Formats: sequence, structure tokens, C-alpha cells
Amino acid sequence: MDWTWFHRLASPPYIYGLARRLVPWFAWPSALLIVAASVWGLGIAPADYQQGDGFRIIYVHAPTAWLSLLVYVTMGVAAGVGLIWRMKVAHALAASAAPIGASFTLCALITGSIWGGPMWGTYWEWDPRITFELLQLFLYLGYMALRASIDDTQRADRTSAVLAVVGVVNVPIVHFSVIWWNSLHQAPSVMKLGQWAMPVSMYGPMFVMLGGFTLLFLALTLTRLQAEVLARERAASWIRDAVGTNLKAVNT
Amino acid sequence: MTPPLQAARLVLSRDLKLAFRKSGQVIQPLVFFAIVTTLFPLGISPQLSQLRDVAPGALWVAALLSSLLALEFLFRDDAHDGTLEQYALSGQSLMWLLLAKTAAHWLLTGLPLAVMGPLAALALGAPVAAVPAVVESVTIGSIALSLIGSIGAALTLGVRRSGALQSMLTLPFSMPVLIFGARATELAIKGENYSAPLYLLGAMAVLGITLAPLAAAAAVRVSLE
Amino acid sequence: MKDLKDFFDMGGYAVFVWSAYGLTFLVIGLNIYWARRLLARSREDAKKRLIMRGGEQ
Repeated sequence: MDWTWFHRLASPPYIYGLARRLVPWFAWPSALLIVAASVWGLGIAPADYQQGDGFRIIYVHAPTAWLSLLVYVTMGVAAGVGLIWRMKVAHALAASAAPIGASFTLCALITGSIWGGPMWGTYWEWDPRITFELLQLFLYLGYMALRASIDDTQRADRTSAVLAVVGVVNVPIVHFSVIWWNSLHQAPSVMKLGQWAMPVSMYGPMFVMLGGFTLLFLALTLTRLQAEVLARERAASWIRDAVGTNLKAVNT
Repeated sequence: MTPPLQAARLVLSRDLKLAFRKSGQVIQPLVFFAIVTTLFPLGISPQLSQLRDVAPGALWVAALLSSLLALEFLFRDDAHDGTLEQYALSGQSLMWLLLAKTAAHWLLTGLPLAVMGPLAALALGAPVAAVPAVVESVTIGSIALSLIGSIGAALTLGVRRSGALQSMLTLPFSMPVLIFGARATELAIKGENYSAPLYLLGAMAVLGITLAPLAAAAAVRVSLE
Repeated sequence: MKDLKDFFDMGGYAVFVWSAYGLTFLVIGLNIYWARRLLARSREDAKKRLIMRGGEQ
């Protein structure tokens, strides 16, 4: 198999240019999907039998939770690739993803809490999924703190990469915790025993929102990745072409 | 070249010998454990009947924190005087050497904790019948804690005043140990069968023995670059 | 108009639904803002470094 595409990805100027070109292709569709899903979920989808209109929170809560895990997996894989193949760009990707993941994890926890209050009678419960999701937040924060505490970029990269890889173990725990333990957090709502647990009219907005969020994550990460790559390539000559010394040309 | 197991044994005995010269280092975490245990009756209530309810959690939080404190000296001295570097350069499997160091550390901190644990549990109102459960769960749980802690210690080798950061990295991974250890103690106090959480603790310890040295070795190598 | 009022009312769950959606969109918005600002800063820093090093080399 021809691996040149993989090695080309390791080149900072190539990645910078690629990310730059890709961002709008992810950003605009993502905005479209999120808006469409919101309208669909808030206005058009029918109300739930038990929870009434309150269940609509799921259309923001589930995607943020999905993102909190997806981002960490991306971070972990990127960190692993960076460790094994010694790719600076992979480490830069992990560093870019972390703050995004942390913010959406916090958002998932809070929206979950807001949903839990009226629906299940409690704003917080130390049930396994919620507790491990909180742990997920600590993992993100720990990663970012570790990075910040080491001055040398390369060492910071590699040290935090080890942490990121070790932390991936929490992702399946969060995911399967609702199956392993019977507690407050609801059982998997999308698929149960291989059958759709929600009618089509209800899970439609969910999938559109998930798609929109995923594209959003890509757009955000690639934006931050450009910034990371620039910051690391202090004096490389390709920067002149990328950024331009012409002070009049200021387009991000 | 020395076979890995023999090298590991040498490192283990070296660490134990050195520790006996610096016995203060070993005793401090245990005193800390005793003090923290005492804080609960002071803060909650001196009534044993009330303490009994919080005994499992209190005991394990104290054990967790004292184990965290003890982890500071797992790699510190060897990192300072270059011994760790020699281990990494020696051509020996760094994983085995670090496993040996962690084992020595556990013998010095985890095992004594398993002895003190029952005393703390009794002091917090647990019935005598719960003592075997406490001994078993703390023994196994402290193995897992030492191993998990070795990763955090290895990651923060190059960081100055890394205490808080190390705790921040280690505690999230230690939470499952706390959960199941406390659960086992709680079941034992009620007189019920506590084998389920005990097995899970065992599983974590085994997972730790197999994976933690790998991660710690990787972290040590990165820190020494 | 009654329909619109019912929509905002969210079957009585207005506070919860709208605060959840509001927070989520706030988080999305902040992420976009921070990412773009970070990139703009990085580009400025890179430009400054180039100029300091004497431009054409």
C-alpha cells in the first residue's frame, strides 16, 4: 500500500495548507446541520409521551456527550501516532483537540444536570455514567495542565501523549456504564437489543445534530491545528509564504 | 547480561535497603493516614453508630490520600541522583525495573496500610467481623493504587513541585479503586457477601501489573530525553 | 400567536429546554470565537517574527 499520503500529513506546511482549505468545507455544512437539527428537534419533532417537550434537551445533551468522547478518542489516537511515529503534527492535533473536548464535556454534564432536574427529580447523582463522564473532564484538564507545566514543547508533547493514551480506557467505560450498571442514567436510547428505541420522527434530529457537531469539531480542531503548527514552526521558511509579510493582506 | 528477573530482584532489594535507612519517609504516610482517619469523627460525629455509615468511604479516602502522599518518593531520589537514567540506559527492560521499584514501594507503604486499615475501620465503628474484608480489600486495592500512582509519578518527573499536578493526574484513575474498595468494606460491615467488588479490585490490580509498568516506562523515557 | 407562545413555553419546561440549548450554543460560539482568535494571534505572531528576522532571507 502506498503510504506517501500518511507521510505527507506529517509535513507542517502541508497540514497547514490542508487544514486551511478544509475548514470552510466543515464549518458551513456544520452550521447548516446544527440549525436544521435544532429547528427540527425543537419545533417539528413530536413531544414525548412521558417527558413532553422537555425531552428535546436530548438533542443538545447527547451530541455534546458524543463529542466529549469522540474528541478524547481523537486525542488519544493522535497522541499515540505522535509517540510511535514521532510526528510533531500528530501531537499538535492532540493539543488542539483537548480544550474543545473539555468544554463540550462540561457542557454535557451541565445540560445533563438541567435535564435531570425536572425529569428524574435530581440535578445531580453519582451514578456511574455521570461519575465517569466527570472523570473524563478531569482527564482533559489533567492533560492540559500537564502540557502547561512542561516548558520544552517536545517533552510536553510526549509526556502528555502518554497520559492521553492511558486515559482512553475511560471512554469505553463511560459508554458501557449504562449497560453494566442499572442506575439513574437511562439505558441506551438509540439502540436497544438491535432495534430502534425511538420512532423515526424523533431520532431524525438526533442524527442530523450528531453530524453537525462532528463537522463542527473537525472545523474547530483544524482551525486550532493551524495555530499550533504556526506556533511550533518558529522560523521555518514556509511560513513566509503561508502568512505573508505583506501587512496589507490580513485575511484569516 | 543479567536476566531481567534477577535485575528486578536486585532493584527491589536495593530500594528496600535504602528505605530502611530513611525510615521517616515510610512512616510519614502512615501517620498521615492515622491523622486523616481521626478527622472524620472530629468533623462528623463521635458517635460510632453514625461513623459506621461513613466508615467505608472515610477509610478509603484516607487510604487513597495517604497512598498519594507516599508516591512522592517513589521515583524522586532516583531521578535526582541519576539512577533512573542509568536504569533506562542499562539495556535492561525498564518495565521490569520499574515494576520492581513499585513493588518495593508497595511493600513499604501499601502493606502497612493493610495492617493499619483494620484499626482505622474499628476506630470508625466497623464490627470486628468486617476486619478480614478490610485487610483483603486494602491489600489488593493498595497494589492497584501503587501501580496507577507510578504512572502519574513517572509523568511528572521533570516538573518542579509536582505534588498537586501528580495528584490531579492520579486521582481520576484511582477512583474505581475507591469505589469498589469502599463497596467491599460497606458490604462486609453489613455482614453480606463482598466477593464481587473484591474480584473487581483484583482485576484492577492485575490490569495495573500488566499495563502500568509499560506506561510508566514510556513516561520515564520521555522525561529523561 | 398562541402557537408561538406554546412553542416558547415548551410544555412548561421552558426554563430547562432554553437554558440547555442556550448553554450549548454559547459553548459552540465560544469555541468558534476562541479558535479563530487563536489562529489570528498565531498568524500575527508569525508575521512579527518574520519581520523581526529581516523579511527576505
